[in-house]
Amino acid sequence: MRNPLRSEAEAFRFLGVVIVGAAAIIAGAYINTWLGVAVAVIVFGAIGWWLKHEPVPGAAEPAPVVTSGTPPGIHRVLVVAPPGTESVTVPDGVEILVVVPALSSTREALTGAVDDRREDAEATAAALESRLHGARVEVGADDPAVAVEDALRVFGADEVLVVGDDGMVDAIRERVALPVSRA
Amino acid sequence: MYLFIASEIMLFGSFFTAYFFVRIVNGVPWPTSPYHLPVFVATVNTFILMTSSATMHWATTSIKRGNVWGMRAGLLLTFLMGLSFLIGQLYEYMRVGFNTSDGAFPTIFFCLTGLHSCHVFIGLAILAFMTIRAFRGHFTAEHHHGVEIGGIYWHFVDVMWIVVFTTVYIL
Repeated sequence: MRNPLRSEAEAFRFLGVVIVGAAAIIAGAYINTWLGVAVAVIVFGAIGWWLKHEPVPGAAEPAPVVTSGTPPGIHRVLVVAPPGTESVTVPDGVEILVVVPALSSTREALTGAVDDRREDAEATAAALESRLHGARVEVGADDPAVAVEDALRVFGADEVLVVGDDGMVDAIRERVALPVSRA
Repeated sequence: MYLFIASEIMLFGSFFTAYFFVRIVNGVPWPTSPYHLPVFVATVNTFILMTSSATMHWATTSIKRGNVWGMRAGLLLTFLMGLSFLIGQLYEYMRVGFNTSDGAFPTIFFCLTGLHSCHVFIGLAILAFMTIRAFRGHFTAEHHHGVEIGGIYWHFVDVMWIVVFTTVYIL
């Protein structure tokens, strides 16, 4: 559903729609009370249908694919480890960045429980950091693909290892132009 | 933003529920005799507020095009019209001839219009800061997020007024 208050221009346009809708309801109610009620139902339905069906700008466009790379002679691995991961197996002799995405459901994101999920991710990150000597461990966004994108902006990697299910691997694979595999 | 809209819908929704309860369930004419609503003043106020939305939009489109003085003029006009609306609302309250102690109808009238006026007051405070920042040169064509957010809030306040005006004064 499109947020009618997404931007100032859209809010202004929504105001225009509300004015027109209110005028229609007033005109209907002026003729007959029940006609006004019917017009109100139609207006509310029409606005709801419009907000539901009007495309959200940019939503249909494919997400840009992030590329990355490292200087010659250096092999860097970006590891995605969801909260609760107890150990990660990585190749020897490589630079490692472990990202722990603060996974949260839509309900948790809406109710602010995302902070609790972030605490879980921080606990996992702290545990992994103590086990993986020399590796950087960070907490990332609640969406694993976004967490990988964010990490690649500051950590050029040659491959991405995912400690997660196939769905998570596929989601990350769609967003980055790097070899992505399950750890 | 969705949480803000949802909380506002619930807030105004609770007042509108009380309004419709008083008006429909009791089955008495609105407004109850012998009171009369100041429809003319409210209509003038409505035009002022709708015009202020247009000037707000003008301010935002101006700064997007790099027209700083257009933005400043738009924000200043919006602030002045918002202030006029609030003064008009106070004038209406003083001359309306009833008070909250006169029954359910006046109570819900003051609650609904007062709740909206509170939103206008907050909007005016935001507009004041935006206008001061605009005159200090804080906004450019590339960086004008403050104007954008303030504009969204101001249009939202106007949308709510259309709903309040239509249900309380006209229907």
